[in-house]
Amino acid sequence: MTTALPSSYPIERIRADFPILGRTVHNGVPLVYLDSAATSQKPRAVVERMSQFYYEEYATVRRGVYSLSQHSTALYEGVRRQAAVFLGAGQPEEIVYVRGVTEGMNLLATAWGRKFLKAGDEVILTRMEHHSNIVPWQMACDVTGATLRMAEMLPSGELDMDNFAAMLNPRTKLISVVHVSNGLGTINPIADITRLAHEVGALVVVDGAQSAPHLPIDVRAMDADFFVCSGHKMLGPTGIGLLYGKLHLLREMDPYQGGGEMIVRVTFGGTTYEEPPYRFEAGTPAFAEVVGLGAAMTYMDEIGRENIEAWDQHILRYCTERMQEIPGMKFYGTAANKSGIVAFRMGDIHPSDIGTILDREGICIRVGQHCLQPVMDYYQVPATARASFGPYTNTNDIDRFIDGLRTVQDLMG
Amino acid sequence: MSLTERQNQIVTELNALTDWKERYRAIIARGRAMQPFPDDWRDDKHLVKGCQSRVWLHAELKDGHLLLHGDSDAEIVRGLVAIVLQVFQGATPDEAVSADVDFVDRLGLSENLSQTRANGLMAMIRQIRLYGTVFRALAATSSPKAQ
Repeated sequence: MTTALPSSYPIERIRADFPILGRTVHNGVPLVYLDSAATSQKPRAVVERMSQFYYEEYATVRRGVYSLSQHSTALYEGVRRQAAVFLGAGQPEEIVYVRGVTEGMNLLATAWGRKFLKAGDEVILTRMEHHSNIVPWQMACDVTGATLRMAEMLPSGELDMDNFAAMLNPRTKLISVVHVSNGLGTINPIADITRLAHEVGALVVVDGAQSAPHLPIDVRAMDADFFVCSGHKMLGPTGIGLLYGKLHLLREMDPYQGGGEMIVRVTFGGTTYEEPPYRFEAGTPAFAEVVGLGAAMTYMDEIGRENIEAWDQHILRYCTERMQEIPGMKFYGTAANKSGIVAFRMGDIHPSDIGTILDREGICIRVGQHCLQPVMDYYQVPATARASFGPYTNTNDIDRFIDGLRTVQDLMG
Repeated sequence: MSLTERQNQIVTELNALTDWKERYRAIIARGRAMQPFPDDWRDDKHLVKGCQSRVWLHAELKDGHLLLHGDSDAEIVRGLVAIVLQVFQGATPDEAVSADVDFVDRLGLSENLSQTRANGLMAMIRQIRLYGTVFRALAATSSPKAQ
């Protein structure tokens, strides 16, 4: 791994790009934002680019004969090319704009799953999947008669690769797996998973919601058949995400939603569909958000994604070390290969109490089940607390967080 | 003491604590001082919907007055449950339904708690008022028979 030293990471300059980090809550307490896995904050570059687009460049895409619309369309398609490079895709046609990972998974489970799955086929998910990567596949399996299977994990929160490999067989048609777990931080070995899956002829869908914000992504190097990520978790706006699919697979798939600009010809006798990616982009898309996402990817590339990854590791190490100072600290997810997410409990204290008290100290964390009920069942806990980081998180945030945990301890003791 | 008087007393006591940590300590202490909640009642039937952490509530009518039991798996919420119970404990169904219950606002709880938590508190108050309504209706239908 070639990474810059964290000391050369321009953290102060980066923080200055995020105005919200300078605000206070509860009458003057400075904000500490540790919920980036839920959604990231936005740099000026993204908000200002969208404002400029709305004020000066806004017109519909792929429908207008006038130059303003052609300019808007050029921006829209420019971001598609940028996204293809950002994710390591072979060509822009392999990038479909979606609302986010949830819509991406529903699109795949419908447009691929309901067309190609049949009774007797098997779909494998892992225990650490987010509900949005479970429910759409359950629905597709219900309709088609295919069987849904769950690959088990280890107490460390790592995927049990022996269990996974043993589940693969000629009936396995698809594996849908999270790249970085939103509740454990585990980075799954996607390249190993795709190699094993492809040996039995199965396809692999990768949920990149938590990996795209933290790691350099190369869908071809990991040989993913599909990869999905959400813009709002990677410094971009809400309501826009990316679905990568190998072009020959996208071509075989049925449309997901019907509407305008996804068709070649419509008669009441039948409709001829557009080629991918347009086949999957019915209706007027969230094109201002696409422009914003483009600015977010540019911003990340300017910092350098290897640098973001190295900084994330630095903050993760620092936070994990300091949290061990707190008595009764128990971590959920202790994989050797982890990203910037720390799930924990403190003795018998309910995570809701931890979150409520930290909030009074200006510290934002997530408490609850994180849409991961199978993981909560595995550890037999009703909920965990979770701190998660962004490229703007600094060691002062972590120090404040540790002080906050001491206050929790003091009040609940 | 009437419901309104109990409410005023709690507001006065807690609002005297200006430091938020002291207030939270006092809220937690009230939860810890509450009567233990019977395990038999810790089921879906007693679960109050709309709470982020789990809250259980049991209500019965004893000699024309509400007898309430409650609990939560989170301590701050259990303290808030204790406050709600203290306000409504021993009230008549009429009182519970018609009294002007404003201690959540007067304690500044709606600003200081997350919206989901404040909603949970309001859900619990609504639930108690609903019990009041039911008990009142039951009393109205059974009293002619008793006469």
